Amino acid sequence: MRHILRRRELVVDDWTYLGEENAGDALIVTLGELRADEARWHAWAGRLGVRLAPADAPEGLAAELAGLALIAVEFPNPGDGRGYTQARLLRGRLGFRGELRAVGAGVKQDQVFLLTRCGFDALELAPGEDPEAARRALGRYTVGYQPGAPGVALQRQRFPAP
Amino acid sequence: MYRYDDLDQTFVEQRVEEFRDQTRRHLAGELSEEEFRPLRLRNGLYIQRHAPMLRIAIPYGLLRADQLRKLADIARRYDRGYGHFTTRQNLQLNWPALAAVPDILAELATVQMHALQTSGNCVRNVTADHLAGIAPDEVDDPRPYCEIVRQWATLHPEFTYLPRKFKIAITGSAEDRAASEVHDIGLHLKRDGAGEIGFAVLVGGGLGRAPVIGALIREFLPLADLLGYLEAILRVYNRYGRRDNIHKARIKVLVKSLGAARFREEVEAEWHAGRDSAPVLTPAEVERVRGCFGAQPYETLTDLDVTAGRAPRFLAWYRYNTRAHRVPGYRAVVVSLKAHGVAPGDATSAQMEALANLAERVSFGLIRVTHSQNLLLADVPQRALYTVWAELEQLGLATPNIGTLTDLIACPGLDFCSLANAGTLGVARDIQQRFDDLDYLYDLGNIEIKMSGCMNACGHHHVGHIGILGVDKHGEEWYQISLGGSANGFTALGEVIGPSVAQQEVAPTLERIVEVYRARRLEDERFIDTVRRLGLEPFRAGAYASHPQAA
Repeated sequence: MRHILRRRELVVDDWTYLGEENAGDALIVTLGELRADEARWHAWAGRLGVRLAPADAPEGLAAELAGLALIAVEFPNPGDGRGYTQARLLRGRLGFRGELRAVGAGVKQDQVFLLTRCGFDALELAPGEDPEAARRALGRYTVGYQPGAPGVALQRQRFPAP
Repeated sequence: MYRYDDLDQTFVEQRVEEFRDQTRRHLAGELSEEEFRPLRLRNGLYIQRHAPMLRIAIPYGLLRADQLRKLADIARRYDRGYGHFTTRQNLQLNWPALAAVPDILAELATVQMHALQTSGNCVRNVTADHLAGIAPDEVDDPRPYCEIVRQWATLHPEFTYLPRKFKIAITGSAEDRAASEVHDIGLHLKRDGAGEIGFAVLVGGGLGRAPVIGALIREFLPLADLLGYLEAILRVYNRYGRRDNIHKARIKVLVKSLGAARFREEVEAEWHAGRDSAPVLTPAEVERVRGCFGAQPYETLTDLDVTAGRAPRFLAWYRYNTRAHRVPGYRAVVVSLKAHGVAPGDATSAQMEALANLAERVSFGLIRVTHSQNLLLADVPQRALYTVWAELEQLGLATPNIGTLTDLIACPGLDFCSLANAGTLGVARDIQQRFDDLDYLYDLGNIEIKMSGCMNACGHHHVGHIGILGVDKHGEEWYQISLGGSANGFTALGEVIGPSVAQQEVAPTLERIVEVYRARRLEDERFIDTVRRLGLEPFRAGAYASHPQAA
């Protein structure tokens, strides 16, 4: 059973990935799987999520965002920072308001602060990560210099967005 | 000098506590070396040949006296009583204990300093012209803009895990003393027709394995758009920069593979698409930062003739180690860290403390670090020059060799660095010994030697008038020599003259090269101009004459 840190709360994952046992109505497919059978997934009766790999362009989902309840962005290791840009594009430019979830071996307590600042509201921690430590890490900084995602508690930001 | 406000201070303190926790977890075995590495690098900590190396940030090379005193104190208590100033205006400590680094960072935070992002694949220290604010030919002082960029880049949520390191330099003068054209981004301050401040934007310069000069992608970027445009560049790089091969991951490779025109289109498209949510630099914020620097309380003085009746050694120092100042009655003093027998850029704790005291007495309590690994007292009244010289002479900091062949740049090389293929400090010593006759040095005039112990080019060998690159040849240290590079105003990359030479042959080879110059130069022609005029051939012929050991 996967644990998800969702807006600072540790919750049991109510989503499943395509191909997992007990795959339910709330289902996450990869972008490749979505494209391989668009008719099926566009007609999906349950909640649908899409998982992006680091090289996937989020702009390609622009027309489908309203039908997606979740987008998972993959961090294969902590050093691969492409997902931060994907998140900011999804939240800021494309206006995605569903769950934005960071997934993969790169989602660790030392990254969670940056991830939430970029707009992730759900963190599927890497195997072995201590969820309590990750939750504490979200509060490591009370100040920041850049505009961050809405709802991230920082006292003051030096360069606010207009 | 920028002074922290509550936000800045809170931030560095929280950063120290984060790193203290990360170090604790690493030492307790909860974080493997592989997991700890990117975290410690973003706090300036390398694991080197003998010990950890801590690279402390000196943003755009500017230090207050109390900060320099703190560096001296840290070097004495946590290290071996000296530090190494680098080409990117930072300070490296070569022997700190890993477990003590959080304490060192906490001490730095008490004087508004840190080691943030001095390594790792993120935006590094933003560097500037060391004559910023005092150069007579300056459009505007680049340092407030450096500080703004520094803050913007600090723990940027989107750009802390880039494909590779990212270096930005800003210059406000026609003469580029910040090597900005060999940075990932070089910003040149300029004014438009209406007198408004903005920047020419160069992208994709860099040294390392494949040296390249930055491409101009914007003639004029208005100041208000500075951060938004930087975000557009970084975003294009973060998305499309290569991550599969560390040697192809710098932005210069992306610019080259797309072509500068296409890269520019990508950036402009990103910039226009993201403009509505991009940060805008308000005049109020610019003024706030400018105000934090404070104005220097210059006296109303007139220029003096300080040379009359003085000893030749003072006159030589005045000529080579001082620089013009835009305010009458003042001069800038270069503090030479190139004494014979000392590793280029090294200063002892005692020297740092004495210099801090001197700066408080004669230069508004400020000290600068130069790109060429010297220090600078920027605002010395001319009437104090003689006593400043006498004091620096006592401290071993008045070697009158600035701009000459022995004012050379060198990375720490194999003696310290785990990346290096060959030593640099021994070669530097050989060169200093062979060229220890000041009259001979003065006759040679301006020659810039830059030396790196490996292809990573921390010593900027590509842009030295004479470049020296250490290479490993079957386990032995050999040196490749190049000529014709320049980073100053007219950026050019040097060309290798031929086969590499053994360590003991480097200094003699240099002597043969400069003898060709002495024989062939036109009146008052600088070394670099003679090289450009004649091409490499005569120098190549001279360099290898009676030289059996070339291989």
